[in-house]
Amino acid sequence: MLPGPDHLIILPILIPFFAGALMLIYDERQRRAKLTISMISVLASLWAAVELLIRSKGSELTGNNDIGFYLLGDWAAPYGIILVIDRLSAMMLVLTGLLALPALTYASAAWARQGQHFHSMFQFLLMGLNGAFLTGDLFNLFVFFEVLLAASYGLLLHGGGQLRVRGGLHYIAINLTGSLLFLIGVSLVYGATGTLNMAQLSNLVPMLPEARRPLFHAGATIMGLAFLIKAGIWPLSFWLPTAYMAGAAPVAAIFAIMTKVGVYVIVRLSFLLFGPGAGASAGFGGEMVMLGGMATVTFGFIGVLASQGVGRMAAHLVLVSSGTVLASAGFVLSGQDPQILAASLYYMLASTLAISALFLLIEPMGREDGGIAALLALTADAYGLDEREEDRQPEVGLAIPGTLTVLGLAFFACVLVLAGLPPLAGFIGKLGILQGLLMQGEEVPRLAWIFVTLLIVSGFATLIGLVRVGIQTFWASEGDPPRVLALEIAPVMVVVGLLILMTVKADVTLRYMLDTADAVLQPSIYAEGVLGAPRAADEEAEVVIP
Amino acid sequence: MELVLSGAIGILAASGIWLLLRPRTFQVIVGLCLLSYAVNLFIFSMGRLTFGAPAIMPRGGFVNPASYADPLPQALVLTAIVISFATTALFLVVLIASRGLTGTDHVDGKEP
Repeated sequence: MLPGPDHLIILPILIPFFAGALMLIYDERQRRAKLTISMISVLASLWAAVELLIRSKGSELTGNNDIGFYLLGDWAAPYGIILVIDRLSAMMLVLTGLLALPALTYASAAWARQGQHFHSMFQFLLMGLNGAFLTGDLFNLFVFFEVLLAASYGLLLHGGGQLRVRGGLHYIAINLTGSLLFLIGVSLVYGATGTLNMAQLSNLVPMLPEARRPLFHAGATIMGLAFLIKAGIWPLSFWLPTAYMAGAAPVAAIFAIMTKVGVYVIVRLSFLLFGPGAGASAGFGGEMVMLGGMATVTFGFIGVLASQGVGRMAAHLVLVSSGTVLASAGFVLSGQDPQILAASLYYMLASTLAISALFLLIEPMGREDGGIAALLALTADAYGLDEREEDRQPEVGLAIPGTLTVLGLAFFACVLVLAGLPPLAGFIGKLGILQGLLMQGEEVPRLAWIFVTLLIVSGFATLIGLVRVGIQTFWASEGDPPRVLALEIAPVMVVVGLLILMTVKADVTLRYMLDTADAVLQPSIYAEGVLGAPRAADEEAEVVIP
Repeated sequence: MELVLSGAIGILAASGIWLLLRPRTFQVIVGLCLLSYAVNLFIFSMGRLTFGAPAIMPRGGFVNPASYADPLPQALVLTAIVISFATTALFLVVLIASRGLTGTDHVDGKEP
């Protein structure tokens, strides 16, 4: 039997898994073959993600929402493992694909040769990310988190060196502890409710006996702590700048989505479990997430102002971005306008892309004479790789003209998005959040005013910090401009192009986000959809009986 | 039984956290191991404590679920053990690399 269109849902997990496993067989010297397999895998996953996105938009009939399911091994819904795709997950899958493609292209220019098994680990990271976005139960979420973390440990150490090993040591220790917290939380939730299926939990929470509710809340809080560590909320974020700075450029670029995994899970679970319909638990944790998010934004922009290097600055921008989304989610969870959530999702998309592009720009910007060629020669010595003539070819031919102009323009676009200045996408997102916060009738709460102030001040601080770096690099630099390969600048240009596209097509994107926010705020759609998922065996039986 | 188990989990977790906060990498890794033992026992206890009850039910007929142990936490523990074993092994490699590169076993890569 040929696999039907239903199997599309599991493809974003299976494709990178098989690609990664296949590449383990190849020798480290067969770079071209590895690159081809990686590229095919990334493109195929992106295609599947886009297809799922289109499908999850549904039609008028289904209320502009179509939730897809995949029952593994055809076990009925709350008992077996289930993959669920809805608007939010589809959006995150597409974002992963859009970040993976430029990062991989950039890595193919030089970084992929700096150590072993880059491509395999990259694919396993994608598998973990896609799995975490697709899974429908808490324990599988843990498993996919571990897959993506294990791959990220390897990627962070990619390229070697003292700085990376030290940063990696802290990163691994923090994340192992985080995983243990996750396990404690999961088991508490299981002890209190007897299930780990997100949809069933969402149905059970309003009816939970009062004696068990504190236990459930404790479990959810401990679990939330693990996600918040990943999202980089203050004060659990001190590991983040060092780790992101230590990573190689393409690794940092794909890590831009790692904090967003934490944010995604927080958004998904808090609205499923503590949404408006959750009875006594409604809005639980909303205030904490809101305050924590605002503290993260504050910490982030102070860090941006205090940073000397652009690498540390970009790492603090990651914090500003995830803090903004977390605080917005907290506001919506505490019962404010859903438009805030829609705008913050849009902002998240734009800022993640921009940060990823910034990480890819940093390394060429700071490159000295000889740059990547010297670096390559060094590692070729260290690893004893035989550097054949043909591998060196592209370095001679394809350096781009007017390097500083191109780099400067791309940098400028990133600054505009991250500082939230018009005309690019960051502005639209921030404007939407501000509008949602301020346009809610008679009285605007004081916390909302504080958040408004923070958003504007953080944008301003970002502008100051990045413009300072821009002036140093592009105007006040002396000597020859750095040599940058076309292969390295092309991915950045693609990301900038995507940002411009997001701005031009803002109405389409924002409408998608609004519907997504609506769907997220109605957990019953998700829950009923999942629990009503028909088994293939039942369907076949129905066909036979008449 | 409850007292013994909760005491064991508590002591393991407390020693684990103490070691985790120590400045030497080897102490950190032993701390992580102890913590993961505590967490595994904790997951196990969340399926309620039963004596001498099998986790697998026979096929067909009426079964009284009360006379069987909850199989789900046992499966979860198994997965958690495998994963924490693998990640600890990986951490061990990084630890040795760090020791080799910096010449010290301090977590910050240099003596204070």
